[in-house]
Amino acid sequence: MPDYDHLILPYSSCDADKDEGQRINDLIARSQQPIPDPDAWLSGVDHGGVLLTSFDTVLGWARKRSLWPMLFGLACCAFEMMAAAGNRWDISRFGMEIFRPSPRQADMMIIAGTLTWKMAPAVRQLYDQMAEPKWVLAMGSCAISGGTFSESYSVVPGINRILPVDVYVPGCPPRPEGLYHGLMELHEKIQKQGYLKGNVHLPRLT
Amino acid sequence: MILKALAGTEVAPKIEQKLSGSIVESNETCMVVKKESISGVMRFLKESPDFNFNYINNITAVDNYDHFEVVYNLTSLAKKHSLCVKARIPGRDNPEIPSVTSVWKGADFQEREVYDLMGIRFTDHPNLKRIALWDGFEGHPLRKDFL
Repeated sequence: MPDYDHLILPYSSCDADKDEGQRINDLIARSQQPIPDPDAWLSGVDHGGVLLTSFDTVLGWARKRSLWPMLFGLACCAFEMMAAAGNRWDISRFGMEIFRPSPRQADMMIIAGTLTWKMAPAVRQLYDQMAEPKWVLAMGSCAISGGTFSESYSVVPGINRILPVDVYVPGCPPRPEGLYHGLMELHEKIQKQGYLKGNVHLPRLT
Repeated sequence: MILKALAGTEVAPKIEQKLSGSIVESNETCMVVKKESISGVMRFLKESPDFNFNYINNITAVDNYDHFEVVYNLTSLAKKHSLCVKARIPGRDNPEIPSVTSVWKGADFQEREVYDLMGIRFTDHPNLKRIALWDGFEGHPLRKDFL
Protein backbone atom coordinates (compact mmCIF):
# COMPACT_ATOMS: atom_id res chain seq x y z
CA MET A 1 0.00 0.00 0.00
CA PRO A 2 1.61 3.35 -1.02
CA ASP A 3 2.18 5.97 1.62
CA TYR A 4 0.18 9.16 1.09
CA ASP A 5 1.13 10.86 4.34
CA HIS A 6 3.23 13.51 2.62
CA LEU A 7 0.13 14.66 0.68
CA ILE A 8 -1.88 15.46 3.79
CA LEU A 9 -1.66 19.10 4.78
CA PRO A 10 -0.66 19.90 8.35
CA TYR A 11 -3.38 21.19 10.67
CA SER A 12 -3.65 24.94 10.77
CA SER A 13 -3.08 26.66 14.06
CA CYS A 14 -5.00 29.83 13.13
CA ASP A 15 -8.13 30.85 15.02
CA ALA A 16 -10.48 31.14 12.06
CA ASP A 17 -12.96 28.77 13.71
CA LYS A 18 -13.06 30.87 16.87
CA ASP A 19 -13.69 34.04 14.86
CA GLU A 20 -16.45 32.33 12.90
CA GLY A 21 -18.10 31.03 16.07
CA GLN A 22 -17.96 34.52 17.57
CA ARG A 23 -19.56 36.03 14.46
CA ILE A 24 -22.36 33.45 14.47
CA ASN A 25 -23.08 33.86 18.16
CA ASP A 26 -23.15 37.66 17.76
CA LEU A 27 -25.61 37.35 14.88
CA ILE A 28 -27.86 35.00 16.89
CA ALA A 29 -27.83 37.39 19.84
CA ARG A 30 -28.94 40.36 17.71
CA SER A 31 -31.46 38.40 15.58
CA GLN A 32 -33.95 37.42 18.25
CA GLN A 33 -36.72 39.56 16.75
CA PRO A 34 -37.85 39.49 13.09
CA ILE A 35 -37.05 42.49 10.89
CA PRO A 36 -40.33 44.17 9.81
CA ASP A 37 -41.26 43.61 6.17
CA PRO A 38 -40.59 46.64 3.95
CA ASP A 39 -44.21 47.27 2.96
CA ALA A 40 -45.13 50.54 4.67
CA TRP A 41 -45.28 52.44 1.38
CA LEU A 42 -47.54 49.87 -0.29
CA SER A 43 -50.72 51.15 1.34
CA GLY A 44 -49.93 54.80 0.59
CA VAL A 45 -51.27 56.37 -2.57
CA ASP A 46 -48.67 59.12 -3.01
CA HIS A 47 -46.04 58.33 -5.57
CA GLY A 48 -43.63 61.13 -4.92
CA GLY A 49 -45.74 63.95 -6.31
CA VAL A 50 -47.12 64.83 -9.69
CA LEU A 51 -43.79 65.63 -11.30
CA LEU A 52 -42.27 62.18 -10.78
CA THR A 53 -45.32 60.05 -11.55
CA SER A 54 -44.58 59.25 -15.19
CA PHE A 55 -40.92 58.91 -14.41
CA ASP A 56 -41.74 56.44 -11.61
CA THR A 57 -43.88 54.38 -13.96
CA VAL A 58 -41.07 54.08 -16.49
CA LEU A 59 -38.51 53.44 -13.79
CA GLY A 60 -40.62 50.73 -12.15
CA TRP A 61 -41.22 49.10 -15.51
CA ALA A 62 -37.50 49.09 -16.26
CA ARG A 63 -36.61 47.73 -12.85
CA LYS A 64 -39.17 44.97 -12.73
CA ARG A 65 -38.50 43.77 -16.27
CA SER A 66 -34.79 43.26 -15.76
CA LEU A 67 -34.34 41.76 -12.33
CA TRP A 68 -31.01 40.05 -11.96
CA PRO A 69 -31.26 37.34 -9.34
CA MET A 70 -28.37 36.13 -7.28
CA LEU A 71 -27.15 32.65 -8.21
CA PHE A 72 -27.27 30.57 -5.09
CA GLY A 73 -29.48 27.94 -3.50
CA LEU A 74 -29.40 26.60 0.02
CA ALA A 75 -31.45 23.39 -0.09
CA CYS A 76 -34.05 21.46 -2.08
CA CYS A 77 -36.01 24.60 -3.09
CA ALA A 78 -33.00 25.43 -5.24
CA PHE A 79 -33.97 22.61 -7.58
CA GLU A 80 -37.37 24.13 -8.18
CA MET A 81 -35.63 27.43 -8.79
CA MET A 82 -33.36 25.70 -11.32
CA ALA A 83 -36.40 24.15 -12.95
CA ALA A 84 -37.96 27.60 -13.12
CA ALA A 85 -34.82 28.83 -14.84
CA GLY A 86 -34.78 25.91 -17.26
CA ASN A 87 -36.41 25.69 -20.67
CA ARG A 88 -39.74 24.20 -19.59
CA TRP A 89 -40.82 27.09 -17.36
CA ASP A 90 -38.36 29.59 -18.84
CA ILE A 91 -37.69 32.44 -16.45
CA SER A 92 -36.33 34.57 -19.31
CA ARG A 93 -39.89 35.43 -20.24
CA PHE A 94 -39.67 37.86 -17.33
CA GLY A 95 -36.32 39.27 -18.39
CA MET A 96 -34.45 37.69 -15.52
CA GLU A 97 -32.68 34.68 -16.98
CA ILE A 98 -29.26 35.98 -15.98
CA PHE A 99 -28.57 34.52 -12.55
CA ARG A 100 -25.50 36.41 -11.39
CA PRO A 101 -22.82 34.61 -9.39
CA SER A 102 -21.63 37.93 -7.93
CA PRO A 103 -23.68 40.02 -5.47
CA ARG A 104 -22.27 43.21 -7.04
CA GLN A 105 -24.20 42.47 -10.24
CA ALA A 106 -27.42 41.19 -8.69
CA ASP A 107 -30.41 43.14 -7.40
CA MET A 108 -32.62 40.33 -6.17
CA MET A 109 -31.99 37.50 -3.75
CA ILE A 110 -34.07 34.31 -3.83
CA ILE A 111 -33.51 32.51 -0.54
CA ALA A 112 -34.25 29.01 -1.80
CA GLY A 113 -34.02 26.61 1.10
CA THR A 114 -33.16 26.09 4.74
CA LEU A 115 -30.91 28.74 6.20
CA THR A 116 -28.72 27.52 9.06
CA TRP A 117 -27.12 29.82 11.58
CA LYS A 118 -23.74 28.75 10.32
CA MET A 119 -24.64 29.98 6.83
CA ALA A 120 -26.44 33.11 8.04
CA PRO A 121 -23.43 35.48 8.29
CA ALA A 122 -22.42 34.55 4.73
CA VAL A 123 -25.92 35.22 3.37
CA ARG A 124 -26.12 38.49 5.26
CA GLN A 125 -22.75 39.50 3.86
CA LEU A 126 -23.92 38.70 0.32
CA TYR A 127 -27.03 40.81 0.89
CA ASP A 128 -24.94 43.68 2.18
CA GLN A 129 -22.72 43.51 -0.90
CA MET A 130 -25.63 43.83 -3.32
CA ALA A 131 -26.15 47.28 -4.81
CA GLU A 132 -29.39 49.10 -4.02
CA PRO A 133 -32.22 48.92 -4.86
CA LYS A 134 -32.43 45.27 -3.88
CA TRP A 135 -35.22 42.84 -3.10
CA VAL A 136 -35.45 39.56 -1.21
CA LEU A 137 -37.81 36.68 -1.97
CA ALA A 138 -38.23 33.95 0.66
CA MET A 139 -38.94 30.68 -1.12
CA GLY A 140 -40.43 27.71 0.76
CA SER A 141 -41.45 26.96 4.34
CA CYS A 142 -37.90 26.86 5.68
CA ALA A 143 -37.04 30.31 4.44
CA ILE A 144 -40.38 31.72 5.63
CA SER A 145 -40.43 30.37 9.17
CA GLY A 146 -37.87 27.59 9.52
CA GLY A 147 -40.60 25.13 8.52
CA THR A 148 -40.08 21.69 9.98
CA PHE A 149 -36.86 22.85 11.57
CA SER A 150 -38.14 26.02 13.22
CA GLU A 151 -37.46 24.66 16.73
CA SER A 152 -34.07 23.29 15.74
CA TYR A 153 -30.80 24.32 17.35
CA SER A 154 -29.14 25.05 14.04
CA VAL A 155 -31.75 26.58 11.71
CA VAL A 156 -32.74 30.23 11.41
CA PRO A 157 -36.50 30.40 12.18
CA GLY A 158 -37.39 32.46 9.14
CA ILE A 159 -34.96 34.55 7.14
CA ASN A 160 -36.71 37.73 8.25
CA ARG A 161 -34.55 37.40 11.35
CA ILE A 162 -31.55 38.52 9.32
CA LEU A 163 -32.95 40.10 6.12
CA PRO A 164 -35.95 42.30 5.24
CA VAL A 165 -38.20 40.10 3.06
CA ASP A 166 -40.33 41.53 0.25
CA VAL A 167 -42.26 38.46 -0.89
CA TYR A 168 -42.95 35.12 0.80
CA VAL A 169 -43.67 32.09 -1.41
CA PRO A 170 -45.10 29.19 0.63
CA GLY A 171 -44.66 25.55 -0.33
CA CYS A 172 -42.37 22.69 0.46
CA PRO A 173 -40.96 23.26 -2.05
CA PRO A 174 -43.16 25.61 -4.13
CA ARG A 175 -43.50 24.58 -7.74
CA PRO A 176 -42.00 26.84 -10.40
CA GLU A 177 -45.49 28.25 -10.98
CA GLY A 178 -45.57 29.24 -7.30
CA LEU A 179 -42.22 30.94 -7.62
CA TYR A 180 -43.51 32.79 -10.68
CA HIS A 181 -46.54 33.97 -8.79
CA GLY A 182 -44.22 35.34 -6.11
CA LEU A 183 -42.10 37.00 -8.76
CA MET A 184 -45.12 38.65 -10.32
CA GLU A 185 -46.20 39.92 -6.91
CA LEU A 186 -42.70 41.30 -6.52
CA HIS A 187 -43.02 42.96 -9.93
CA GLU A 188 -46.17 44.73 -8.76
CA LYS A 189 -44.44 45.78 -5.60
CA ILE A 190 -41.48 47.19 -7.53
CA GLN A 191 -43.88 49.05 -9.83
CA LYS A 192 -45.42 50.73 -6.80
CA GLN A 193 -42.14 51.43 -5.08
CA GLY A 194 -41.08 54.37 -7.19
CA TYR A 195 -37.92 56.41 -7.11
CA LEU A 196 -38.09 57.99 -3.69
CA LYS A 197 -38.89 54.96 -1.56
CA GLY A 198 -35.64 53.43 -0.48
CA ASN A 199 -34.61 50.15 1.03
CA VAL A 200 -34.49 49.14 4.66
CA HIS A 201 -31.12 49.93 6.18
CA LEU A 202 -29.82 47.24 8.45
CA PRO A 203 -27.27 47.80 11.21
CA ARG A 204 -23.72 47.01 10.17
CA LEU A 205 -22.50 43.49 10.52
CA THR A 206 -19.22 43.32 12.42
CA MET B 1 -18.87 -5.94 -4.66
CA ILE B 2 -20.55 -8.35 -2.25
CA LEU B 3 -19.25 -8.18 1.29
CA LYS B 4 -19.37 -10.97 3.81
CA ALA B 5 -20.28 -9.67 7.25
CA LEU B 6 -17.99 -11.39 9.74
CA ALA B 7 -19.58 -12.49 13.00
CA GLY B 8 -18.03 -11.07 16.14
CA THR B 9 -17.81 -14.58 17.56
CA GLU B 10 -15.42 -15.73 14.84
CA VAL B 11 -13.14 -12.71 15.07
CA ALA B 12 -12.97 -12.40 18.85
CA PRO B 13 -10.91 -15.59 19.58
CA LYS B 14 -8.19 -14.53 17.15
CA ILE B 15 -7.90 -11.16 18.85
CA GLU B 16 -7.91 -12.78 22.29
CA GLN B 17 -4.94 -14.88 21.18
CA LYS B 18 -2.92 -11.79 20.28
CA LEU B 19 -4.25 -9.20 22.75
CA SER B 20 -5.75 -11.10 25.66
CA GLY B 21 -8.34 -9.40 27.81
CA SER B 22 -9.30 -6.78 25.21
CA ILE B 23 -12.71 -8.19 24.25
CA VAL B 24 -15.72 -7.57 26.48
CA GLU B 25 -18.24 -9.65 24.58
CA SER B 26 -18.99 -10.80 21.07
CA ASN B 27 -22.10 -11.95 19.27
CA GLU B 28 -23.29 -12.61 15.75
CA THR B 29 -23.52 -9.00 14.67
CA CYS B 30 -20.73 -7.24 16.48
CA MET B 31 -17.79 -7.33 18.82
CA VAL B 32 -17.49 -5.16 21.94
CA VAL B 33 -13.96 -4.06 22.78
CA LYS B 34 -12.58 -2.54 25.98
CA LYS B 35 -12.19 1.17 25.35
CA GLU B 36 -8.58 1.29 26.62
CA SER B 37 -7.46 -1.28 24.05
CA ILE B 38 -9.46 0.04 21.08
CA SER B 39 -6.51 1.44 19.12
CA GLY B 40 -4.43 -1.71 19.63
CA VAL B 41 -7.28 -3.93 18.45
CA MET B 42 -7.96 -1.67 15.47
CA ARG B 43 -4.29 -1.69 14.48
CA PHE B 44 -4.29 -5.50 14.68
CA LEU B 45 -7.50 -5.72 12.61
CA LYS B 46 -5.96 -3.47 9.96
CA GLU B 47 -2.52 -4.99 9.79
CA SER B 48 -3.12 -8.72 10.24
CA PRO B 49 -3.23 -10.44 6.83
CA ASP B 50 -6.26 -12.52 7.87
CA PHE B 51 -8.50 -9.51 8.39
CA ASN B 52 -6.80 -6.65 6.53
CA PHE B 53 -9.49 -4.06 7.35
CA ASN B 54 -7.98 -1.27 5.27
CA TYR B 55 -11.11 0.89 5.06
CA ILE B 56 -13.22 2.42 7.80
CA ASN B 57 -16.76 3.06 6.60
CA ASN B 58 -17.87 5.23 9.47
CA ILE B 59 -17.66 5.94 13.15
CA THR B 60 -20.81 6.78 15.06
CA ALA B 61 -22.03 6.76 18.64
CA VAL B 62 -25.13 5.77 20.61
CA ASP B 63 -26.39 7.38 23.80
CA ASN B 64 -27.71 4.69 26.16
CA TYR B 65 -28.35 7.03 29.13
CA ASP B 66 -25.93 5.26 31.52
CA HIS B 67 -23.21 4.73 28.95
CA PHE B 68 -22.15 5.79 25.49
CA GLU B 69 -21.31 3.32 22.79
CA VAL B 70 -18.93 4.18 19.93
CA VAL B 71 -19.55 2.09 16.82
CA TYR B 72 -16.90 1.43 14.15
CA ASN B 73 -17.88 -0.16 10.84
CA LEU B 74 -14.87 -1.69 9.09
CA THR B 75 -14.46 -3.13 5.61
CA SER B 76 -11.64 -4.99 3.93
CA LEU B 77 -11.63 -4.12 0.24
CA ALA B 78 -9.08 -6.85 -0.46
CA LYS B 79 -10.68 -9.68 1.53
CA LYS B 80 -14.25 -8.46 0.80
CA HIS B 81 -15.57 -8.75 4.32
CA SER B 82 -16.85 -6.33 6.95
CA LEU B 83 -17.10 -6.12 10.73
CA CYS B 84 -18.85 -4.01 13.32
CA VAL B 85 -16.79 -3.12 16.39
CA LYS B 86 -18.19 -1.32 19.44
CA ALA B 87 -16.69 0.19 22.55
CA ARG B 88 -18.60 1.22 25.67
CA ILE B 89 -17.82 4.31 27.71
CA PRO B 90 -19.48 4.29 31.16
CA GLY B 91 -20.81 7.52 32.65
CA ARG B 92 -22.09 10.77 31.13
CA ASP B 93 -19.55 13.26 32.44
CA ASN B 94 -16.53 13.80 30.24
CA PRO B 95 -16.58 10.55 28.22
CA GLU B 96 -13.21 9.74 26.65
CA ILE B 97 -11.86 7.10 24.32
CA PRO B 98 -8.53 6.74 22.46
CA SER B 99 -8.54 7.95 18.88
CA VAL B 100 -7.99 5.66 15.89
CA THR B 101 -6.67 8.40 13.59
CA SER B 102 -3.20 6.86 13.87
CA VAL B 103 -4.61 3.69 12.27
CA TRP B 104 -6.86 5.25 9.60
CA LYS B 105 -6.47 8.89 8.52
CA GLY B 106 -10.11 8.83 7.46
CA ALA B 107 -11.21 8.52 11.05
CA ASP B 108 -10.29 12.17 11.60
CA PHE B 109 -13.50 13.88 10.45
CA GLN B 110 -15.69 11.04 11.73
CA GLU B 111 -14.32 11.40 15.23
CA ARG B 112 -14.73 15.16 15.06
CA GLU B 113 -18.37 14.67 14.13
CA VAL B 114 -18.93 12.30 17.06
CA TYR B 115 -17.23 14.81 19.34
CA ASP B 116 -19.35 17.62 17.93
CA LEU B 117 -22.75 15.98 18.23
CA MET B 118 -22.26 13.52 21.08
CA GLY B 119 -19.53 15.13 23.18
CA ILE B 120 -17.20 12.16 23.32
CA ARG B 121 -13.56 13.27 23.54
CA PHE B 122 -11.06 11.31 21.50
CA THR B 123 -7.75 11.48 23.32
CA ASP B 124 -4.63 11.99 21.15
CA HIS B 125 -6.78 13.16 18.22
CA PRO B 126 -4.60 15.69 16.34
CA ASN B 127 -7.31 18.30 15.69
CA LEU B 128 -10.31 17.70 17.93
CA LYS B 129 -12.75 20.56 17.42
CA ARG B 130 -16.31 20.98 16.20
CA ILE B 131 -16.87 20.13 12.55
CA ALA B 132 -20.58 20.74 11.77
CA LEU B 133 -21.61 23.25 14.41
CA TRP B 134 -19.73 26.44 15.16
CA ASP B 135 -17.19 27.10 17.81
CA GLY B 136 -18.89 28.35 20.96
CA PHE B 137 -22.10 26.32 20.52
CA GLU B 138 -23.49 25.17 23.87
CA GLY B 139 -24.03 21.44 24.36
CA HIS B 140 -24.01 18.40 22.11
CA PRO B 141 -27.30 18.03 20.21
CA LEU B 142 -27.49 14.28 19.65
CA ARG B 143 -27.32 13.52 23.36
CA LYS B 144 -30.59 12.37 24.84
CA ASP B 145 -30.56 15.09 27.48
CA PHE B 146 -30.10 17.95 24.96
CA LEU B 147 -33.17 20.22 25.33
